Amino acid sequence: MEVTTATDTNHSTWDGGENKPLGASYGKMMMWFFILSDALTFSGFLGAYGLTRFKFIESWPIADEVFTHVPFLHGVSAPMYYVAFMTFILIFSSVTMVLAVDAGHQMKQKKVTTYMFLTIIGGLIFLSSQAWEWKTFIKGEYGALQLNDGKIIQFVDKTGHQIALEDFAVRSHKERIQHTKSNGLWFVSESKLPPFSVNEVINGFKSNPDITIRTEQLNLETKQKIIIPREKAMGFLNNAKAVVKGANLKVNEYGKTAFADFFFFITGFHGFHVFSGVLINIIIFFNVIIGTYQRRGHYEMVEKVGLYWHFVDLVWVFVFTFFYLI
Amino acid sequence: MTNSQEHISHTKLIWKVFIILSIITAVEVFLGIDKPDFLYLTSFIGTNLLNIIFIVLTLVKAYYITWFFMHMADEKKNLRRAVVWTAVFLIAYLATLLLIEGGYIYDVLGPLTKWNY
Repeated sequence: MEVTTATDTNHSTWDGGENKPLGASYGKMMMWFFILSDALTFSGFLGAYGLTRFKFIESWPIADEVFTHVPFLHGVSAPMYYVAFMTFILIFSSVTMVLAVDAGHQMKQKKVTTYMFLTIIGGLIFLSSQAWEWKTFIKGEYGALQLNDGKIIQFVDKTGHQIALEDFAVRSHKERIQHTKSNGLWFVSESKLPPFSVNEVINGFKSNPDITIRTEQLNLETKQKIIIPREKAMGFLNNAKAVVKGANLKVNEYGKTAFADFFFFITGFHGFHVFSGVLINIIIFFNVIIGTYQRRGHYEMVEKVGLYWHFVDLVWVFVFTFFYLI
Repeated sequence: MTNSQEHISHTKLIWKVFIILSIITAVEVFLGIDKPDFLYLTSFIGTNLLNIIFIVLTLVKAYYITWFFMHMADEKKNLRRAVVWTAVFLIAYLATLLLIEGGYIYDVLGPLTKWNY
């Protein structure tokens, strides 16, 4: 008795047939869908930022006053230039990436190697720029006072420009000693002391008749922070709780703490993407050098990692707009 | 593999796209530093004209990156729509709801915030 066997089983039927509705390889398709879901994650974060900003529309920090620093230029107020440079670096590394993909299509191993290398360098420059940007933001510039209800009070001279605490605060002789493990309880640590105490700042304010304060509140007509006349300033200062220098997850000298939180979270999450992108790029770079893709006959891996890299650039374009421009 | 031999180089197009992206970024940075009053101090659909310009320029940049750097232009229409339409619809939906909600919270809580001491 003969066994009937389906000798003409069409394998491709089980694989989904010859009909390829998306016309892309499995890996590339999945990279696209990963990018789609990652894009939704980022838009969730940026959407939350937008919600919080609309919620505090009358008191949100002005980005131009926060990010004004450029490396090696101390004291020069240059809003946007540095972050524009970072954007440019990322766009340029996208260009070298797409040139690597293009060279891969033509099976030019040498060219792919060069362009992948340049892409990695671009990513590293971006990452170090971002680390510098974080450092500057955490360190702060002018310093401010925090009121009991959490609002931030900044000091301005008579032309309305912000001035730093050390420009007017009077140092008193009463030294408050930082608690360290070597001079106190070994199992207790204390966070770094602010440069001045609240009283030193208030005394300095009293002895400088030219300065006054401003709150976080914006004049929605001129989009500038409202300056409080000096006569009314003491009413605010009597409510002061702490001296703030710089920004962290709990307090922010530039205004709303949520601004700092979102800044750290969104640029941090993006920076993590850049970091993993650089790592993946390095792996692919070495694979290109040892000729893996040359033997395989195509450079689709370069194309896939390229998709991810361009996506990172794409996200930065949006972060740049919503954090620094708007 | 014969395909890859015939593959024409897109280098010219890539540099063209790079120049377009750089110019758009330069315009954005210029406007962001200068903030001309006739754009900045206006009120237009919940924000000001300057911000609308920024968003439009950003979307143009996103288009160029997706279409020419990520080669979306060369993909099949089905894949393109599966990715782009999904993203555009969901993000626009989410952003609209969240921003409306944020504006509402401000309307309710804003007047209660104390600014006089």
